[in-house]
Amino acid sequence: MSPSDNIEPRLDRADSRVRHDAGLAGALRGFIDQVRSGDLGMLPVFVGLLLISIVFSALNPVFLAPNNLVNLLFDAAAVGFIALGVVCVLLLGEIDLSIGSMSGLASAITGVLWVGSGWPLLLVIPAVILTGAIVGLIYGFLRNQFEMPSFVATLSGLLALLGLQLYLLGPTGSINMPFSSALVRFGQILIMPAWLSYLVAIIPGTLIVWGARRADAQREAANLSSTGMSVPIAKAGVLTAALLFAVWYLEQGRGVPWMFGVFVAFVAGLDYALRRTKWGRSMFAVGGNAEAARRSGINVRRIRMSAFIVCSSFAALGGVFAAARLASASQQAGTGDVNLNAIAAAVIGGTSLFGGRGSAWSALLGVLVIMAISNGLTLLNLSSSLRYMITGAVLAIAVIVDSLARRSRASHGRA
Amino acid sequence: MTRSHQPGELLLRLRGVTKQFGAVTALQDIELDIHAGEVVALVGDNGAGKSTLVKVLAGVHQPTTGTIEYLGQPATFDSPGKALEMGIATVFQDLALCENLDVVANLFLGHEVNPWALDEVQMEVRAWTLLRELAARIPSVREPIASLSGGQRQTVAIARSLLLDPKIIMLDEPTAALGVAQTAEVLNLIERVRDRGHGVILISHNMEDVRAVADRIVVLRLGRNNGTFNANISHQELVAAITGASENSVSRRAARKLETADQIGEALQ
Ligand SMILES: Nc1ncnc2c1ncn2[C@@H]1O[C@H](COP(=O)(O)OP(=O)(O)OP(=O)(O)O)[C@@H](O)[C@H]1O
Ligand SMILES: [Mg+2]
Repeated sequence: MSPSDNIEPRLDRADSRVRHDAGLAGALRGFIDQVRSGDLGMLPVFVGLLLISIVFSALNPVFLAPNNLVNLLFDAAAVGFIALGVVCVLLLGEIDLSIGSMSGLASAITGVLWVGSGWPLLLVIPAVILTGAIVGLIYGFLRNQFEMPSFVATLSGLLALLGLQLYLLGPTGSINMPFSSALVRFGQILIMPAWLSYLVAIIPGTLIVWGARRADAQREAANLSSTGMSVPIAKAGVLTAALLFAVWYLEQGRGVPWMFGVFVAFVAGLDYALRRTKWGRSMFAVGGNAEAARRSGINVRRIRMSAFIVCSSFAALGGVFAAARLASASQQAGTGDVNLNAIAAAVIGGTSLFGGRGSAWSALLGVLVIMAISNGLTLLNLSSSLRYMITGAVLAIAVIVDSLARRSRASHGRA
Repeated sequence: MTRSHQPGELLLRLRGVTKQFGAVTALQDIELDIHAGEVVALVGDNGAGKSTLVKVLAGVHQPTTGTIEYLGQPATFDSPGKALEMGIATVFQDLALCENLDVVANLFLGHEVNPWALDEVQMEVRAWTLLRELAARIPSVREPIASLSGGQRQTVAIARSLLLDPKIIMLDEPTAALGVAQTAEVLNLIERVRDRGHGVILISHNMEDVRAVADRIVVLRLGRNNGTFNANISHQELVAAITGASENSVSRRAARKLETADQIGEALQ
């Protein structure tokens, strides 16, 4: 039944001034409008990844070799976890500059409790995450109780946590972890079985089509216009094809790391929490207009607290992953470019520094960009001095894009 | 709403409410009664303290001194959430909407249907129903608030205040940016809400609107009560109460107009 068959117009189609884009061509037109108004979404990421692949594979063909990409995914998981937490604080327009130190401290605690004191891993990991949660709680308390700007609170945290990390590691300065242990194997060798990787690759497309069908049916029943299935099917088709190709390509090497799979599962979980729960809605509201959120009855302090706790906990988990990857907890863990990489990843992926805009997927996509750059530069045998400068420049560019897009959105009335 | 109230039943009683912002006394010894089934208009010049009074009742500000009784019990509105929960909804002068969220999200903010798996369809249907009641001209409820006009935003804010079926609804200049049809709908709505037995506090600078719907007119001047009138009060008397003198800029302007009209009349003769 086409909409024109209805005598009574749909609830949401009473206004004739609005162009209602229908079908594939309509969706494309809507997307172009959106990009032109400064709502860039994931576009910069795809352009970035394309450019990076072209440049680095021209400079060194090894860059695109399946096993190099597998290594890249192993490296991406730890920073990815940290970036996932950063997304939460950025959504509120806050920042956490101590995530690197938090991850370093987490790997030190892992080393001390697990290798040093012989605790079982099943106790160590919760203990580490709990430590992260407590640190986040302190930041949230400082922000709520003393109105301390989060960049100051977390900047002092950066130093304090680093100090604690050095103290825990003691004079030797590093703790090695046994290579045969489950944790290190997880961080260095464990690969998902091929059938499982392929299965996972089909899930997003299936969910898109299934979700769209369900939504359509519900909207039909509620006398709301439905969007039709052509767009979701096309989206799902492209996505599934791309993912299947990616898995197939990685299977030419070692395959998809478990570590990366776990990271993606967490991204999907956070995405659900942000988009489909009351908590997530409140996060966006507080980031958009905290006073309006407060007047709507949202407990702004509790939301802020939760964001800092989630951020530090993810940073702590990232620290455990990093320790697993390196098979050691050292004084260098979490220092250097870790902080910046994680923040840059979130921003490059499309989460705004100004609050109120972003998504969990930005951590995944952004970390792929950042890790691709870092991996490519390493393959070129560039010293870390140059790598730092380039990463710094990339973050600056990402922030400029973010600011320009924000200005354009403001002038196009899209917040 | 759990039970409806007898018309005339006292819902809210303020005694000696004072609010200070540092050196500024925004409200001093305010007395106010709100009954069920009654529209109380709150009028006064710019800076008279109207919005401050509304914010005290909405839990946004805490009174410095004074007592508030709600449904016969002493009450403190220590957060906006508490006031909403107790059945006091507000349309703020600055609207308090989140520009980055769409209309549906703003309407249901803090009161979403199904917290663990938001029911977008149900919320959207409810949103359209509420907006239709206000004769709203909103093209799409899935656009961010940032893309709406001032009047459309105001309509969204009004619709939001109706969502929870409150006992008292406070509207701080709800029609300032509205078109003719939408203003009429809001006035109709105020009467409907009153007839359902709810209390309404209306702030407006439009004396015509005020006299059209108000059962009582409470005048604030420089943060103090300056008289309570019924809707039959003459325009001059009301202006005099608001400005604090029968000789004021409004009356002078009216007199001047009359004079020029006379002069023109004489010249024509
Ligand atoms: N948050 C605040 N901090 C300090 N002073 C304030 C604050 N809010 C209001 N005031 C002061 O309180 C007084 C009353 O302000 P209020 O906003 O209640 O006026 P109003 O009657 O609503 O005026 P208008 O008709 O312009 O909306 C003003 O003098 C204002 O400067
Ligand atoms: Mg005001």
